[in-house]
Amino acid sequence: MQKIQQYFQSLLLWELVKGLQLTGKYLFKRKITIQYPEEKTPMSPRFRGLHALRRYPNGEERCIACKLCEAVCPAVAITIDSEQREDGTRRTTRYDIDLTKCIFCGFCEESCPVDSIVETHVFEYHGEQRGDLLMNKQKLLANGDKYEKQIAEAREKDSLYR
Amino acid sequence: MTDDKVTIEVDGKTLEARKGQMLIEVTDANDIYVPRFCYHEKLTVAANCRMCLVEVEKAPKPLPACATPVMEGMKVQTKSEYARNAQKSVMEFLLINHPLDCPICDQGGECELQDLAMGYGSDVSRYQEKKRVVQDKNIGPLVQTEMTRCIHCTRCVRFGEEIAGLRELGATGRSEYMEIGTYVEKSMVSELSGNVIDVCPVGALTSKPFRFSARTWEMSQQSGIAPHDGLGSNIHFHIKQDVVKRVVPAQNESINEVWISDRDRFSYEGLYSEQRLSSPMVKQDGKWKPVDWSVAFDMVSNNLKESVSADPKSIAALVSPSSSTEEAFLLQKIVRGLGSHNIDHRIHQGDFSDQENDPVYPWLGQDIAEIENLDAALLIGANPRKQQPLLNLRLRKAALKGAAISALNSIEYDFNYQLANNIVVSPLAMVGELAAILKALAEKTGKNQDLPGFINKIEINSTHRAIADQLVSVKTTSVLAGNAFSSHPEYSSLRFLASKIAELSSSTFGFLGEFANETGCWLTGAVPHRMVAGQHSAQIGLNAISMFENPLKTYLLFNIDPLCDTWNGSLAMNSLEQAESVIAFSAFRTPSLDKVATVYLPISIYAENEGSLINVQGTSQSFASCVSPQGEARPGWKVLRVLANHLQLEKFEYEDVTGLNKEVNDLIGNVSPNNKAQYREAVLNKPSDNAVARVTDTCMNSLDVLVRHAESLQQTQDISDGKVHLNQTLANKIGLENGASVLIEQSESSLNLDYAIDNRLPENTILIHAAHPDTAGLGAWYENVSIRKA
Repeated sequence: MQKIQQYFQSLLLWELVKGLQLTGKYLFKRKITIQYPEEKTPMSPRFRGLHALRRYPNGEERCIACKLCEAVCPAVAITIDSEQREDGTRRTTRYDIDLTKCIFCGFCEESCPVDSIVETHVFEYHGEQRGDLLMNKQKLLANGDKYEKQIAEAREKDSLYR
Repeated sequence: MTDDKVTIEVDGKTLEARKGQMLIEVTDANDIYVPRFCYHEKLTVAANCRMCLVEVEKAPKPLPACATPVMEGMKVQTKSEYARNAQKSVMEFLLINHPLDCPICDQGGECELQDLAMGYGSDVSRYQEKKRVVQDKNIGPLVQTEMTRCIHCTRCVRFGEEIAGLRELGATGRSEYMEIGTYVEKSMVSELSGNVIDVCPVGALTSKPFRFSARTWEMSQQSGIAPHDGLGSNIHFHIKQDVVKRVVPAQNESINEVWISDRDRFSYEGLYSEQRLSSPMVKQDGKWKPVDWSVAFDMVSNNLKESVSADPKSIAALVSPSSSTEEAFLLQKIVRGLGSHNIDHRIHQGDFSDQENDPVYPWLGQDIAEIENLDAALLIGANPRKQQPLLNLRLRKAALKGAAISALNSIEYDFNYQLANNIVVSPLAMVGELAAILKALAEKTGKNQDLPGFINKIEINSTHRAIADQLVSVKTTSVLAGNAFSSHPEYSSLRFLASKIAELSSSTFGFLGEFANETGCWLTGAVPHRMVAGQHSAQIGLNAISMFENPLKTYLLFNIDPLCDTWNGSLAMNSLEQAESVIAFSAFRTPSLDKVATVYLPISIYAENEGSLINVQGTSQSFASCVSPQGEARPGWKVLRVLANHLQLEKFEYEDVTGLNKEVNDLIGNVSPNNKAQYREAVLNKPSDNAVARVTDTCMNSLDVLVRHAESLQQTQDISDGKVHLNQTLANKIGLENGASVLIEQSESSLNLDYAIDNRLPENTILIHAAHPDTAGLGAWYENVSIRKA
């Protein structure tokens, strides 16, 4: 009985029809391919991309040089020097992130008590020289200024789950 | 003794304890940890934080372990649910008003509150109301306050009262309104104020110079020895990225217990002064030019060789008594190798007339820890509170136990305990006063043989008799000589009399020690009349004063600023200006060295250096270098060794400091000190009437070149001010009014200086602080001067 079944299946190209059926199914289904860079995939608010240092709405930098991010960083990519600023507050004089070391684990933003260091949704960046991927305080603050709206929105969305 | 023992049970373990001990002492001794904030081993029990509550069987409520004496058969649970609940509740109360600003708090990472909140606290706060905010106080350049963080344990208050002897911090108000502060805003002036930083369990009191510069977990800890007084307090350097960030005490019960003085704590700032010398320099046509080590060594060795071929005795060396034993040893070996005996370290001494009878080294006469067991003591020319702060703690302990401590000084120093007798006289009358005490003692004991002839003419009063009585009526007594004793122009006479007093009263005779390594310098032969291990030298070289009396050809200055560090700055500068070459081994560029030196050889000091220091009780303590030297600077012993090789001197093949240290220790190992030698008999010089005598005092934070470069310490009150100090009577006599300055004439120099009224001075005495560039050029430390309104 089994032999007869196999005979007819091979004679009528049943396997081929079955395969073509799947091909046909995807041929008419809605396509999921994205035409990057014209099109982009949606991103989670928790996406971990390029780093930024944020400011408060009044323009004051958030970072208080507590160095928790430096301590928690598993790749030892962050270097901070701190001092007392003239107004008596605790501030960084140096805030470097070596993006060539960074593993984008997001521990730095998790550890930050003032939401200062964050990872933005920016992942399309490159460096032409090695130094381009060594971020310093100016570059990070500039990132924060540039993407503040996006960062704030992402945090707003995520706050429901925290 | 069995009656004193009780047996208790803690957490099911049976423990032995002494009767009357507090529970927490017993648990600490047996490695059972009970959380605490206000309890401190060295302070009295306050029991106000309530963190150490434990469950005691049959007690109606949890009891604080720090204030519960042990009793026979007591059963204690420190970790039961009942105890834990009590501790958790206390923690919740403590955290109500604590700001929880750990991210910006310097204590973060080493905070007792943080640690205990992790171990004993709840995970969320139930407190929603407003927290209390307390205004910060400015209490000086060393201690930073952040009073909102205070949990009112009162450790700092008790430290001030019980240890420092100065009630500077106190609690005002009650409950919610309780605040710790100085009441009237003022700076802390205690020489031990920095210790409140260590006792504070939270971040309310932190170090101001250290503020925000590093986090505790970033630093590594290495041991060191504080080089600013004769004790050699044990310290820890906290180092981040090869930079000393702060200094904290290391526990050593036989020396500094758990404290250190502010000078020892904050002098590290000097390492990073802008005046640090970073490469060898040579003066060419009056301009300083950085050169390579090899160029500098060639120049120095040529200079020395030239001088040797002319006359070896035209070479003289002065070494700072803060230098390590190894450095002193090598320097004297080089100088003696070149054929000269002109080496000295006694930079603050003015009278060398009886130096052949010097003991092998002047020592404390007892162990440091024994000071607190004294029943009576006589301090001569001593201000231990500022000069030997940690030794003074022991003296204070003795005084609080009832010891009769008397003092004989030329300035009415502020003691932080009650003196039994205090004699303040002009420096010219010091010998007479000491002779009077001796006479009173001789009358009391009946031993009046071998006393100098002039003693019959001395008049004695009730104070002298009281001091004599106190010295003979009790068992353990000591005669202690301080810094002003050794720098007194009649040092030899004072020493004879003090030694006699000690002999007649069966007291120990001790020197308090001014610098970190005087002992090491004595033992390694860094004196003109002694060789290594105190052996008498056949030839006697020039001492720290006589080497400048007639200008010599070549001078070697090791870690010395010739203007500020010598007993007679103008004399030293004069000779150095005329010398052909002045070779400065120095860690700093100073104006006076810039002026007179011909070569600078940068050496490393303090945390960068390696070697050993021998303290005033004779204990040798070695230290390793903890950070790299600045720039081209190198440890002094290496510089000296290479210099010796350039000079083709023999037996300088030292490979490392350990080998060198071993050789030195083998040479000096078996020397035992004895201060009670046969000294030359005292002579009494009749003071001329109405002469105004100058006294010089070394200020705590201007003592050596390192502290003079430590920025924060220079903002304290204990520094040289470059003024003439005189009392109101003398000021009235010469008609001084506000804002006037005075013209002061001394030997060949005269200066126009500002004055300050200082009523601690006896009549016809003026005080000028040592080591101030404006006044150091005036001349000898002690001399008669003429003073008038400018």
